[in-house]
This record gives sequence, structure tokens and C-alpha cells, in this order.
Amino acid sequence: MFRNTYDSDNTVFSPQGRLHQVEYALEAVKQGSAAVGLRSKTHAVLLALKRSTGELASYQQKMFRIDDHVGIAIAGLTSDARVLSNFMRQQAMSSKMVFNRPIPVNRLVSSIADKAQVNTQEYGRRPYGVGFLVVGQDNGGPHLYEFSPSGNSYEYYAMSIGARSQSAKTYLEKHYESFADCSLEDLVRHGLHALRETLQQDKELNVNNTSIGLIGPKSEFEETEVPGGSFRILENQLVDPFLQTMIAKETAAEEADIAPAAAPSVTAAGDEDVTMAE
Amino acid sequence: MTSIGTGYDLSASTYSPDGRIFQVEYANKAVENSGTAIGLKVKDGIVLAVEKLVHSKLLVPEANRRIQTVDRHIGLATAGLLADGRHLSNRARDEASNYRDTYNSPPPLKAIADRLGLYVQAYTLYSSVRPFGISTILGTVDPDGPGLFVVEPSGVFFGYNGAAVGKGRQLAKTELEKLKLTELSVREAVIEAARIIYLVHDDAKEKEFELEMSWIGPESNNLHVHVPKDLLEEAEAAAKAALESLVE
Amino acid sequence: MDHFPTNWGRPRSEAFDAYGTYPIHQRPKTDSFSAGVQRTQQPIVTGTSVLAIKYKDGIMMAADNLASYGSLARFKDIQRLHPVGNNTVIGAGGDMSDFQYIQTILDELIIDEFTAQDGHSLGPAEIHEYLAQVMYARRTKMNPLWNSLLVGGFKDGKRFLAYVDLLGTTYTASTLATGFGGHLAQPLLRSAVEGKEDTLTEEEALAIIENSMRVLFYRDARSLNKYQVATITESGVKISESKSVETSWSFAEGIRGYGAQVQ
Repeated sequence: MFRNTYDSDNTVFSPQGRLHQVEYALEAVKQGSAAVGLRSKTHAVLLALKRSTGELASYQQKMFRIDDHVGIAIAGLTSDARVLSNFMRQQAMSSKMVFNRPIPVNRLVSSIADKAQVNTQEYGRRPYGVGFLVVGQDNGGPHLYEFSPSGNSYEYYAMSIGARSQSAKTYLEKHYESFADCSLEDLVRHGLHALRETLQQDKELNVNNTSIGLIGPKSEFEETEVPGGSFRILENQLVDPFLQTMIAKETAAEEADIAPAAAPSVTAAGDEDVTMAE
Repeated sequence: MTSIGTGYDLSASTYSPDGRIFQVEYANKAVENSGTAIGLKVKDGIVLAVEKLVHSKLLVPEANRRIQTVDRHIGLATAGLLADGRHLSNRARDEASNYRDTYNSPPPLKAIADRLGLYVQAYTLYSSVRPFGISTILGTVDPDGPGLFVVEPSGVFFGYNGAAVGKGRQLAKTELEKLKLTELSVREAVIEAARIIYLVHDDAKEKEFELEMSWIGPESNNLHVHVPKDLLEEAEAAAKAALESLVE
Repeated sequence: MDHFPTNWGRPRSEAFDAYGTYPIHQRPKTDSFSAGVQRTQQPIVTGTSVLAIKYKDGIMMAADNLASYGSLARFKDIQRLHPVGNNTVIGAGGDMSDFQYIQTILDELIIDEFTAQDGHSLGPAEIHEYLAQVMYARRTKMNPLWNSLLVGGFKDGKRFLAYVDLLGTTYTASTLATGFGGHLAQPLLRSAVEGKEDTLTEEEALAIIENSMRVLFYRDARSLNKYQVATITESGVKISESKSVETSWSFAEGIRGYGAQVQ
């Protein structure tokens, strides 16, 4: 791995004005399995790929509910995510307690971004090693934000984070203009197609490794009512009807309206999970 | 760069043998890599404009602000590390609020710039922190009229009639110097500011950008707010037209 | 008759207090409470009633301009209605310095909200909830802000009117009144407004408010015939100049039973 003298400490600028420790923290996000988020005028959805360490292990949780109107998907260090999501829950509760108002989503995201910025400027800390996709709804409708360890947060129409997320991003960039008017089912299908791009060659999305987070009115595939269209996480069998809507890659390429990006070259060694060099 | 590898450039608390603090100079490099930000102090107000480089077309336009509001009558634009900009604007809000608590009146910008200068300077003293990687333009209109200041990563601050920071600052400064700032109205200044940002943007090297502008003046009731959409579009159209005529 | 209950049952010193003027029994200096902290135990400079009603277009609120020092009409140009943001007015009875403090913290809150510049703003419901939390927290510390407050507003097509006091008690209704008004004006307001909230015009609402302010001026010895009226509607907050109502005192001659005259 490339080394230089300006990367051991996050209180040091490189001569180019860069912060190497922060850039390495962004790499930690890429260690985690991918998550995809996208939104329409009515809904915001999250999709994530869960990993398990082996046959006997359960799959790692990738999504967390923050409040009725906010949920997140994570990529990177799960333990850092738990600390930050706890903080987000406290912020959300405090807004409810003090003002009886669901916290505006942008302020919630900014609050953790501001927290993360401090860890890029002071000695004896490390930047957080986790990225979030945050979906939420407020007066402004549904939203999707990305939070990253650099202390930045941005609002997107669609975004992906985690391992091989670039492939998903390529898919999203190709299709995002159609998302605004999508039905929930179409939106989720787009999300699944994007998430599929991040898979290793021999893998596929199934009920065990896929999580779906939804905000907005109920889908035709959901059995239970969702008052106020609040955030819910679908796992296991509940994911199945959505998986069924996916169009196989070969045929999808032929269909003009929902064609995925050109098949990614998953054989390239660089596309394997990023592993820390010594 | 002669500083590299000497070992005198690894901490803000270390001088080089010729008396320089390299970490602060490197922080300035972070500013120089960022999209340009300018501020214009004119007859009846202030205009702030930012060249916001767009790193992805998936970004929601207008949602990700780089110009912040510090108090009703104070605006702040930064060039450099975005997250540092948010940190400093939060600090500026705290200082403004603290001033109001103490004196029960709206803070003069000089007081805020002064306190922010001290705050930023403290981050150049210790090895346990790094300097702020931002230059900050502050603008206000108060009973004494418009005011404009720039706070640098070293903690120094100066008052300006026209200010430019970030990548395209040299060209922007040249353009600002050509203007008769004291005779412009804010409305006219909005058009000029848009033109300058479009001019300094380097199409060949840079990705897409979004123009973000705010103002303080009679039309905004002397409050710091983003420029209304129709005026922003008018200014962008005028800026593009001016560029075209330049090419011919 | 000794009017100070704390003196009852205690010996009086005829030597230095022949007329019993010495007001309140003093606790011995060494008692177990003397080291404790003393908090606000009574209001000092006070405002009296605030009235508010719902009507067709929004909320109308009124309060007079007097701040009394005990029974002395001390300050006669105090504004007791205060705008908070673009959709809300609060009106206060009780201690005026506490009310000024409340104005300060609310103004700070509104600036925080303004500087966020993200399209979200605090409406009357949020401001009322915040005030309720502040008032309750202070009362729990045995250090209350000695006020009763009305919060009225109009946001997103909805009217809002609610009450909160020094105990943190909250209450909402289509007519509200604090202080003496709670006894004298509230019955009048109820009979004039209830059931007609959606039909009363601004003129009718103003007539109801004026009538109640007149009654309060007649019967509340801490009131003043100089008051302001606030309206909060779709178009925002308006607080009127000070005004007064016509009064007639000719009936006073016929009153018997007080003062020097006998029948």
C-alpha cells in the first residue's frame, strides 16, 4: 500500500492540502457491503446487501430505524454506525420532546456530519469508518441523503455506497431521471437492479441477503397497513415479492425502458472486496 | 516544494528554520483546490456568490448549500473543506447568539469577524489540531451600511470592498477591480457576481458547477437570504450571454 | 385585627410596635432553611388579563398596556403581545420581567430557525410545546417563570390557540383568557364565540373582544383603558396601535355603600 509521511495522523495536511486519514476512512466505507438508495415524488427506498461470515453465522444487520419518518442503511464499521444511529435517535427524540415536531431530515443528517467533522480535525481521534444512506420524509416530501466520514452530507436523487458501489452508481446515473414518477414497486425494482450490479459474479440477490427499507404509502406487496407511510424494514420472506419483479440480466439488456448498465466486468481483480494491505 | 520531507511541516506547532508554519500554508492549499467564492460590497448591500462544483449528476440541485446564514443580517460563504465550513458557520452562529445575549442587540460584523479570527487562529497553535482548511467571506448590512470581511486559515481577517477566495480568485479579483462597486445596486451586483463566477469557471479542467448566490439589501428587507429564483435565472442567462460575446 | 397570618398566635412587642405595623414574622436566623436558596416567590411588576378567541380568518388576541407594581399603575405603555416568527403571537399576564426573558429566548429560537434556511419554520404548535417544556422545567426546579401565556397562531391553513402557565399546565379551547379575564371575560367570550368559530368575521370578533375589554376595565382594578389587539391570519401577524373603549361612569353616582357617604 502507498505510504507517505502525511497519513499517520488526522491533524496533518499534506502539502497538497489533503487529509489522508480522512481519505483512508472513506476507504473503510468501501469495505462494507453495498447499499443503494433512491427516491420518487412519493417514496424513498433503501436496499442493502447483507453479508454473513459463514454458513453458521447470521447476516449482519444493514438497516436501522431512527424514527417513524427516518431510516438508514450503512456501509463500513457497524459499531461506529451504532454509535451514530444512537445519536440520531436522541436528536429525533429531543425534537419530538421539545417541539412536538418530527425532526427535519436535513438537520438530522447535518447533526451527525458536524459530529464527524470534529473527528477529522482533532488529535487522538479517528474519523468514523462508516457511511450512511439516510431516507426520510418531512414537509418537503421524501428525501435521500448520504453521510460520509469526511463530515460531508449531500442530498441525492439516488446514491449507492459500499463495496463495488460504482457499478450501482453507473446504473442509477443512467436511470435516475425516470425515478421521480415511478411507482413504489418500480422504484424498488430499479433499486434491486442497481444493487445486483455490486454482486460478485457467482452471487445473486435472495431473501436472505437482501434488506429493503421503505418510506411512503404502502406497497401492493405489503400486507400490513403503514399509518403515515412511516419507515419500515422488510427482510426475509417479505422481500420475496419484490425480488420476483426483477428482470433477469440477459433479458433486461434487451428491454429498452429498464435496461441496466453494461454488464460490469466482475472478473477484474480490482473489483474484489477491498482488503487492507499491511 | 522545499518543505516536503524536512520534518518541519508535520505539525501546526512547528516553525521551519526560516520562520514559516507549513501546516497553515498547506491549509491554504485546501482552499486553493476548491470552487471559487466571491463577495461584493456595493452601495446598498452585499452579494455572495459561489461556484459549487458538482461531483455527481445525482445530486439534488439547490439542496446542498455552501452559503450559510449566521444571523438575520449576516451571511457566510466558504471556500475549502466543506465540513470545516459548516463547523465555522456553526461557531459564527454561536458567537452571534452570544453577542445578542450579552448586549441585547444585533452583532456588528466586525465583532463576529474578530471572534472568528481568534477561533481560527487557535487552531494554528497546537499539534493536537489542524488549521481550518477554509477561507471565509462574511457579509452584512447593518445600520452603518454594508460590510465585508474575509477570514483566512491563519486567523487573520481583513475588510474588503470586493473579495474572492478559492481556485479562481486571481481572475475574480481582476474582474472585481474593474467594477465601480460603490455605485452598483445589489440587483446589478447580482448580475456582475454571476458573470464573474461563470467567467472564472474552467470548463476544460472542471466538472459541472452550480451557481449559488445570496444577498442582503433593500429587496430582502436587509435579511440574508438566497437570491430569488427568477433573479438567479436572469443573472445566469446574462452571464452566459456575456461569456458568448467574449468568445466572439 | 392583625392581617398577617404569620403573626397570629405570636406575642407582639408593644414596646416598639404599638400599632402592629411590623409586617411579617421573621424566621430565626439559624433555622435549617436559612442556608437554602431563595427563588421567585411572587411576581413583582405584573400584567393582568390576556384574551384570545378563534374566528373565521384566524386568531384574535388582546391585552392592555399596563404593568402594575402591586396596586400602583406603574408603567402604562408596556406591550404584552409579542410576535414570534411569522405565524405566532404570544400574550402574557403575570411577571413582566419574566415575560421579557421569555421574549428573549423565543427571539433566539426564531433566529436559530431562520439561520437554518432550509424551508422549515416553527409554527404556533411547536412554539407552544417549547414554552410548555420551559415552564414545566422551571416549575420543577422550584423556580417558575411567573406568567400565564396565551399562544395564538395560524399556519398551513390551521388556527392554533392554547394556554400555558407557570406550572406548565396546558389547555386549549376556542376562547381563552388569563388572570382576572379568566373569571370575568371567559363566560362572555364563550357565549359569544363557541359554535361560531368558523363564521365570525373580523369585525364581529373585534366587537366581542372590545366588549370584554370594557367589562374588564370596569371591574379589574389592575387594568387600563389602553390596549392592543393582535390578529394572526393567513396573511401573517398584525398588532394594532394602542386603543381604548368608550366608557360611561355616570352610574357611579348612584352607588351606595362605600366610602364616606351613608345612604
